[in-house]
Amino acid sequence: MTEKLPPEVAEAHWSKTRNLMWVSLAIWAFFGFFIHFFVTALNNVVILGFPLGYYMAAQGSLIVFVILIFWFASRQNAIDEEFGVAED
Amino acid sequence: MALSMKGDFTDNLGKIYGIYVGGFAAFVVLMAIFSMIGVPDRFILWSYMAATIGIYAFIGIMSRTAQVSEYYVAGRSVPAIYNGMATGADWMSGASFVGMAGTLFVLGYDGLAFVLGWTGGYVLVAVLLAPYLRKFGAYTVPDFLGTRYGGNMARLVGIVVLFCCSFTYITAQVYASGIIASQFLGIDFRYAVFAGLAGILVCSMLGGMKAVTWTQVAQYIVLIVAYLLPAIWMSTVQFGIPVPQLTYGGALSQIAEYERLLEVAKPYVVPFQTYSAMDYFFLIFCLMVGTASLPHILMRFFTTPTVREARKSVGWSLFFIFLLYFTAPAYAAFSKFNLMGLFVGAGAEANYQLAFSAIPQWMIQWGSIAGHQLVTICGVKAETVAAIQAACEAKGFATGFPYSELALNNDMIVLSTPSIAGMPIWVVGLVGAGGFAAALSTADGLLLAIANALSHDVYYKMIDPKADAKRRLLVAKILLVVVALAAAFLARTKPSDILSMVAWAFSIAAAGLFAPLVMGVWWKRTTTMGGILGMAAGFLTTMYYLIGNVYGFDFVKGTGDEISWFGVASISAGVFGVPVAFLVTYVVSLITPEPSQEMQDFVDRLRLPKGGTMMVQGH
Repeated sequence: MTEKLPPEVAEAHWSKTRNLMWVSLAIWAFFGFFIHFFVTALNNVVILGFPLGYYMAAQGSLIVFVILIFWFASRQNAIDEEFGVAED
Repeated sequence: MALSMKGDFTDNLGKIYGIYVGGFAAFVVLMAIFSMIGVPDRFILWSYMAATIGIYAFIGIMSRTAQVSEYYVAGRSVPAIYNGMATGADWMSGASFVGMAGTLFVLGYDGLAFVLGWTGGYVLVAVLLAPYLRKFGAYTVPDFLGTRYGGNMARLVGIVVLFCCSFTYITAQVYASGIIASQFLGIDFRYAVFAGLAGILVCSMLGGMKAVTWTQVAQYIVLIVAYLLPAIWMSTVQFGIPVPQLTYGGALSQIAEYERLLEVAKPYVVPFQTYSAMDYFFLIFCLMVGTASLPHILMRFFTTPTVREARKSVGWSLFFIFLLYFTAPAYAAFSKFNLMGLFVGAGAEANYQLAFSAIPQWMIQWGSIAGHQLVTICGVKAETVAAIQAACEAKGFATGFPYSELALNNDMIVLSTPSIAGMPIWVVGLVGAGGFAAALSTADGLLLAIANALSHDVYYKMIDPKADAKRRLLVAKILLVVVALAAAFLARTKPSDILSMVAWAFSIAAAGLFAPLVMGVWWKRTTTMGGILGMAAGFLTTMYYLIGNVYGFDFVKGTGDEISWFGVASISAGVFGVPVAFLVTYVVSLITPEPSQEMQDFVDRLRLPKGGTMMVQGH
């Protein structure tokens, strides 16, 4: 807590952080819930033996989650650096 | 160690775990050679147990510590990728390892609710909680709640919720480790529980979080190898490609083919046959939010060196968990395919009925294990061919029995697959060691979560704030042993009700902890009263529904006074508690005076990674 950040910088940093949070949660909700509402229709598409609806729940969404977290971590890091609040 | 090393342990992690992996591979090869030259099976199984517990104990003893911050948060020096492996082992319980593929085997698509729920929650951890909790610099989750919501009242409510969700869970882990030890060592369950207990205590007692972290990394390596190897083996045998996650699509289409022949009523990939669509999505929701609220998971992210590393390490955690969870459906599909193949192989002329004379050895072997009903044929425990034949004939099957008359217990799929698929004993032993590692590592994480809350929050923060480091560590270690013994004695009685309550842990944690943690960071206006009442309201709503739904209010099952709201299953009770907790926190915060300027500044600082941890802990 050496120097206190000017309130407008802190506000701008937090507003970007918050936007990133909403985007990440939207992607999460899409692949965690929304896409699986259509499993029966998706199951009609079969790739390499996998019905697509089954595949999304067994693998597809999981891959998205892993990538999403790494993407989020690097985006958040970029935001922190932009406002000079990243760790040294 | 005999190696020359510059710098300390954490500077040489790559080298140390490289040697460990090499040593482990050499050990597995040695066991393979032993099994080929005819060393008795029993010796090989015992060697697996002894060698793995031995190495965990070695790491545990090497990591002993007399420093408070090492004991509680591993000195905050665990790099993201290693913390990811440790979290993976912490997360994947004996039940995940042993039961996940079996659940998918039995439930088909509907079982994928667990796969989705237990992975998607990590997105919530990364985005909403882990970086902020790391920045705060607490030793425990109640520590954060106590500081954010004005002291001991919030701390105490947090501890009650933590205890309710973690204690049943650890009892189940000790139970699982006892079951595995008793089957592989061939000793009585009542003594095997204490073998499990010893395995748990050697990892955690001397070095707390530091020792648990480094043993969990070692345990992760054992469990993932043990899980992947048989799946790769089956994939190579059946499809010639050693990537089971890609090839099981072929098994899925074969299963669909077989289902037509065998006239199976519930097709494997068709959704919502066991759960309704509502149950399926509610369950995913509760498991995800519960994952993001379980204290033994959240506290793993206290151990990284920086906030940045904390975020990255959530990604690594999910990656390492993903390796197992995206293999589990492959496991299930191959097992199903093999099993159905037995009946299809009997031929149309036999009506696809498996002749009594053709019952494979493993069905009887697993079916006749005392105390468990693992294989059921024609409604009876598969103990002898004569018994099966009598039961089937009574049902009108004279020469054999159809696929629909065979039922396998979820828990035997993974452990029995190597013997069903005819793999040698060294693979069987490896899978046993993997299941044991999974149960031990989760038990260790839970044990620390409970014992640390008692020693740090109850003893140090509430009873004796003047205690010095030596005394605090002594109390912490005594409480650790007490909690572990309590769990072992409870597990020893095989309490079926407690074991089925494990599924409750997710709903309880979600309802009690998620709202106060998230709102404490993301909404500055959240007041002390709002936080405490929200936590209590979410927790009590969920407990009310769980107890009311399962037992009714005379606490006896099935007497007709059980409640049910909108037909929601008890495992998804969190769908009521989570919104209630948010709503109560929100409303009460608005009608109570705004938090002090000091507290608002505190939240502001929490949101900025720069400037080191906020909580200065006494040493």
